[in-house]
Amino acid sequence: MATTKSVERRELLPVGTAAPDFTLHSTPDTVASLSSFRGKPVVLVFYPADWSPVCGDQVALYNEVLSEFGEYNAQVLGISVDGVWCHQAFKKDRNLHFPLLADFEPKGEISKTYGAYHYDGGESSRALFVLDADGVIRWTHLSPDGVNPGADGILSALEALTPAQRGTATAGRES
Amino acid sequence: MSAGDGAATLKPAVSESDHAEGSTNASVTLVEYGDYECPYCGSAYPIVKKMQSAMGSDVRFVFRNFPLKEAHPHALHAAIAAETVGLHGEDAFWKMHDALYEHQRALDDSHLSRYADALGVAPEEIAAAFEGGKAMDRVRSDFRSGIKSGVNGTPTFYINGVRYDEDWTDVAGFLAALRSAAGVAA
Repeated sequence: MATTKSVERRELLPVGTAAPDFTLHSTPDTVASLSSFRGKPVVLVFYPADWSPVCGDQVALYNEVLSEFGEYNAQVLGISVDGVWCHQAFKKDRNLHFPLLADFEPKGEISKTYGAYHYDGGESSRALFVLDADGVIRWTHLSPDGVNPGADGILSALEALTPAQRGTATAGRES
Repeated sequence: MSAGDGAATLKPAVSESDHAEGSTNASVTLVEYGDYECPYCGSAYPIVKKMQSAMGSDVRFVFRNFPLKEAHPHALHAAIAAETVGLHGEDAFWKMHDALYEHQRALDDSHLSRYADALGVAPEEIAAAFEGGKAMDRVRSDFRSGIKSGVNGTPTFYINGVRYDEDWTDVAGFLAALRSAAGVAA
């Protein structure tokens, strides 16, 4: 379902870049496009695999922190090369409340476009992107595969966005 | 900063408002962000006791709440119950803390209320705290401070304010790290 022409990057897309749009399955029956979240900050969480211990902790942590992300109007999207049925089982098992997108066919195409792919292991790398409400990359972070990056970096990045970048300029939030 | 950028540090630093066992003059302070229902925290509980007994007055132990309420259905109420008991004194807090870790498989509301009752805190007070108030506010504030401090799972430990990223199940290594931070010969 990937709609972006594949560009195989070896490094993360840099801050200031317009995040390439994509459309991926979020459940067996539904697809989600990045552009449909325009108007609010988006946290893209690339991770190697469902079920592996560190990822489990990482997505479980973000799941607990969703209300804090919500204070910045932000939407979290998880992305790995796992298929929709795998994502569905994982999401149910961990009681996750944010979408997991399947970068499954062509395998890893979106991860490669963002420079968040391990060519040797054939999995997404553990990369984080914070996009502003206009879809521009404002913060990135690449963790070693075995290290859970936590949520503090994401929250600091969201905190640093201006009200306009958060899509809340009219809501009277402090900058 | 996040984990990959080097050592995460405790924010805010330990203060008088924290629950602490041991002397404020101790040469090393060990902080745990924990979840009463988390099995790993359950495994860490006797290890922390071992550290305290081995280090004696050289260590001060601080506990902050990090309930993973989506993963553990009783974790939030357990934390609130402990904080409610804590409003009646530090001694009562630590007795409740220990009781919860010693009864991790029985943390439903009726059991929580029973443990609190045994420490002289009325079931009505516990039930009211689940609806909101000082105890819940404290749990939330601990959780937020945990996120800012780079907590990336439970338990997460800090030794003198710096996150301990080594394997805490390696008891000898954990003790050596505490002794080294305390400036005590092993």
